[in-house]
Amino acid sequence: MSAPLLEVMDLKKHFPIRGGFFGGVTKHVLAVDGVSFHIDPGETLALVGESGCGKSTVGKAILKLFDITAGQVVLDGQRIDDLSPGTLRPLRRRVQVVFQDPFSSLNPRMRVRDILAEPIRNFGLAKSAADLDARVADLMDKVRLPRDAVGRWPHEFSGGQRQRIGIARALAAEPDLIICDEAVSALDVSVKAQIVNLLQDLQNELRLALLFISHDLAIVEHMTHRVAVMYLGKIVEVAPKRSLFAAPKHPYTEALLSAVPVPMPGAQRERIILKGDVPSPINPPKGCRFHTRCRYAFDRCRVEEPPLAAVPTALAPGHLAACHLHDRPANDNPLAEAKGEAVLPV
Amino acid sequence: MSATALRLPDAPVPAPTPQSVAEAPPLPDVLPPVKPRRGFIGFLRRNPTIAIGAGLLLLMVFVAAFAPLLWTADPTSLAPARRTREPSAQYWFGTDMLGRDVYSRVLYGARVSLLVGFSVALLSSVIGLTIGLVSGFVRWADGIVMRIMDGLMSIPPILLAIAMMALTRASVQNVIIAITIAEVPRVSRLVRGVVLSLREQPYVDAAVASGTRTPRIILRHILPNTLAPITVQATYICASAMIVEAILSFIGAGTPPIIPSWGNIMAEGRALWQVKPYIVFFPAIFLSITVLAVNLLGDGLRDILDPRMAKSV
Repeated sequence: MSAPLLEVMDLKKHFPIRGGFFGGVTKHVLAVDGVSFHIDPGETLALVGESGCGKSTVGKAILKLFDITAGQVVLDGQRIDDLSPGTLRPLRRRVQVVFQDPFSSLNPRMRVRDILAEPIRNFGLAKSAADLDARVADLMDKVRLPRDAVGRWPHEFSGGQRQRIGIARALAAEPDLIICDEAVSALDVSVKAQIVNLLQDLQNELRLALLFISHDLAIVEHMTHRVAVMYLGKIVEVAPKRSLFAAPKHPYTEALLSAVPVPMPGAQRERIILKGDVPSPINPPKGCRFHTRCRYAFDRCRVEEPPLAAVPTALAPGHLAACHLHDRPANDNPLAEAKGEAVLPV
Repeated sequence: MSATALRLPDAPVPAPTPQSVAEAPPLPDVLPPVKPRRGFIGFLRRNPTIAIGAGLLLLMVFVAAFAPLLWTADPTSLAPARRTREPSAQYWFGTDMLGRDVYSRVLYGARVSLLVGFSVALLSSVIGLTIGLVSGFVRWADGIVMRIMDGLMSIPPILLAIAMMALTRASVQNVIIAITIAEVPRVSRLVRGVVLSLREQPYVDAAVASGTRTPRIILRHILPNTLAPITVQATYICASAMIVEAILSFIGAGTPPIIPSWGNIMAEGRALWQVKPYIVFFPAIFLSITVLAVNLLGDGLRDILDPRMAKSV
């Protein structure tokens, strides 16, 4: 096993809420509150969760679009979260981003050529003007767009084409990791499939690692190696894809999976309906954050926060969940049974 | 829409033989033929407000620039013997109470109005843009700068300009400075707001992630996207500056009396308003038309440059 490409340790991001007469900080939104995970070179990790659970904040924190509150972000053995902007700049080349909205993610007043040339110029990747043009043309080939479209403006393209330009811009820096922040959520189904396939092809071709932030479990199942499930600023479960989809070890994941539509008319399945709303990240519940909506919650869940730990009954090694149920004997643990067959580590 | 598509469902449908396909009736002209005109004429046709506004404004600029060639006399030469003449073939707009030709004075007065309007629009855009960019990007400066702007905005612009003129000597240059100071807060507020919203755009985040330095982000990603709203705002400031200049001159706090401006022509004609109304009427009409032209141009520009802003008129 190789060293991880990216390691995030106990990442926290608290946004201050200013209020009161003097505009002082009165409260904090605990958007991300202690998140740890790693991504190996060439691997896809999906970060899933409902709106507002902090998954996009994790992505922006890794990109250092703002200062984090606590924790560490380690890229290839080097800590990057505490670097000055000047020291960080050359390292930014290795982590790039593709955003959700293909319309606001491209500057409307820049031609495609300039959009793609910007990262190449910033990181000094081109040796000459001719080399720059060749690289831009190569990027257009990679994302299957016609080369002669580089002179056009972003508004001349469709949503799917714009997302390809966004991907090309991310590739321009020759990164090791691309953060796809809901990169296909805004696209319609046929275009979504094209972009997902394009991302997979590029990943195989260039040995890219992807952090695939999404709420769409069907897409996640299709394209990821491992899955991390977030709830209210914390990761509640991390596992290899097949282990997680076959036998979820956290009640929240179980409920999420039960909501995925099954492409089989008339198929019967148990739907788990969560009660109530997501609690406020300003004042999260004590103990396990999910206990207010969990159908298995017992007394310990209300006082003690469960750590993210390896689950002994999991189908595959590397399956971690934060749930007290796994401390109970198997005959008293509704999540102990494995619905699928044991899988090898991916 | 084809004729068959309009047929009722229970009507007998003829079998689609190759013949019937070949003999299909020609499609009815549901929509009138559209010939999109290209080029300059097409642009003016599609944007009548811009065409009218720009046309009137160009006419005013022409009148101001070529005033000496447009059958005018010296606008300052006094002729007490010929005072307060009615409009006639010799004195198109009549003469004022000192016998000066009102037509010549109104045409030369256009110079002051346009100079003040354009200068204030340009200066306050440039200064407001700079202040807005600074307070949008330098967070600690934002609070200080914006409180100063709030303070300036709490004083009505005309009052502020009058106070400023009271401190200095009357000259066109000082009028421009005074009105610019009064208009800058509005522009910097606008720019700051636009900058703050642009900074949150994903393409700015993507530019930061791809290693773009802050000066370049301002130059390439922020500035070009502020120009549309600024241009629109500049036209409104231009119109407002012309009115403020006229007001200042009217109350004697603006352009010195030796330089004819629409404001001081009206001020001098005010005393004779009930007996010789044409002295006030002509400069007032010119001021109204010019301000209308600038506002029409602004509305038209807003519609094509900044579609997000609500469409009025």
